[in-house]
Amino acid sequence: MAFSTETWVQAASFLGAGFSVGFGAIGAALGEGYAAGNASRAIGKNPAMGGAILKNMLIGQAVAESAGIFALVIAMLLVFMDVQGAPMIEAWSLLASGLAMGLSAIGSGAGGGFPAAEACLGIADNPPTQNALTTNMLIGSAVCQTPAIFGMVVAFMLMFMDWSGQPLWPGWAAVMGAGLSVGLAAIGSGVGSGMPAGAATGGMARQPGAATTIRTNMLIGSAVSQTPAIFGMVVAFMLMFVDWNGTPAWPTWASLLGAGLATGLSAIGPGIGNGFTAQEASAGIARVPESSSTVTTTMLIGQTVAQSTVIYGFLVSLILMFIPREASETMVAWAAPLSAGICMGFGGIGPGVGEGLAAAYTVNRIARDYEGVGVLLTRVMLVGQAVSESTGIYALIVSLLLLFVI
Amino acid sequence: MAIEGADLVRAAALMGAGISMGLGAIGPGVGEGFAAGKACEAIGRNPKEAGLLTRTMLVGQAVSESTGIYSLVVALLLIFVV
Repeated sequence: MAFSTETWVQAASFLGAGFSVGFGAIGAALGEGYAAGNASRAIGKNPAMGGAILKNMLIGQAVAESAGIFALVIAMLLVFMDVQGAPMIEAWSLLASGLAMGLSAIGSGAGGGFPAAEACLGIADNPPTQNALTTNMLIGSAVCQTPAIFGMVVAFMLMFMDWSGQPLWPGWAAVMGAGLSVGLAAIGSGVGSGMPAGAATGGMARQPGAATTIRTNMLIGSAVSQTPAIFGMVVAFMLMFVDWNGTPAWPTWASLLGAGLATGLSAIGPGIGNGFTAQEASAGIARVPESSSTVTTTMLIGQTVAQSTVIYGFLVSLILMFIPREASETMVAWAAPLSAGICMGFGGIGPGVGEGLAAAYTVNRIARDYEGVGVLLTRVMLVGQAVSESTGIYALIVSLLLLFVI
Repeated sequence: MAIEGADLVRAAALMGAGISMGLGAIGPGVGEGFAAGKACEAIGRNPKEAGLLTRTMLVGQAVSESTGIYSLVVALLLIFVV
């Protein structure tokens, strides 16, 4: 091609900037809009508290905005990046940096809207609790921002690490895989952490006496919802730090891209599913505080089962990264590993969400009748989750066939 | 790199298999989980009917599973037969 390396790197840097703040703007705007809508509803219910509700809305929106601001910062750095003398692989790492930040900001921004909205509604219903609600909102939405921070850490590494030691092939696929893995995986966890934060904040307004119990459950539930994003970050680190010199360019590039997609996509479902479960647990404990230990236990069982598909995705990523494939330039040789990654990635989304929903309804009922039906419901939940898991297992089987039988 | 027609077709079949099973797994996964959740909710309200409700849940999930099995069949066809 007639263009110089510098031209390519500069072009990729600008494109990355667009992806970063373009995707990054989606979540924060949605979350803040949701908060504003519910603040209006709250003021409509209780106009006398209008000033306090407005103030709370603005604080909540400011926190939800932070993911968008991270994306703006990364975009600015990419726009003004010095690309003099950069190696060609930098074009890919800068593009991946923008994708990592932009995609990872979607979930955190949207998730931050839930606690902000519930705090506004809660202040309208029970004005004396306003300080407690604002505090809990701040804790909840701060936890929501973690996945975006994972994305930002990887984005900075992609931007500022010295890539000249890595070969262009398959190194470009390793950095792209890293960006996609951490970015996509953060989407589900960001939304999933926001759901319990919202339910807990709303619950505290109705049941201020149980605030500590509710908050403990919220933090446990949100923390577990973060796990899929951590899997995405671990895969991103492996892709960035393994030395890919000496691996055959074809078809290793397809394996590395597939590795990023397998964990990144499959993490979306469990992140959201865990959020549903934790949301109902926090809401249930707020209704019946005495149920907290039974409800938290059931929540954790349900969330753990819902994590299984991201573990399959992680497994497929590990196989793709570390089991060497024979050098071959045929299309079949690279289509198989890429397809395996896409298959397990998308295949993990549905069961993750579904199993989380199953656990959410179960937890909801157990909170109402925590002495009577707990064991029976947990058993039925596990049967139902196992059936929902089946399609994730099919996806795993097809991935393994693509990897080992072809 | 010279690409032969047969190679292209085989590669497309493999990509198709992954996309088929991957996307095809989304719907049944969500649907069956929703069914399980609603069944648990109903059993919670009326634990005496647990047997009937569990059976109904499993029948409903089996039907919801069908599109996932179609995806699996198509993926296996693309890998082994085409």
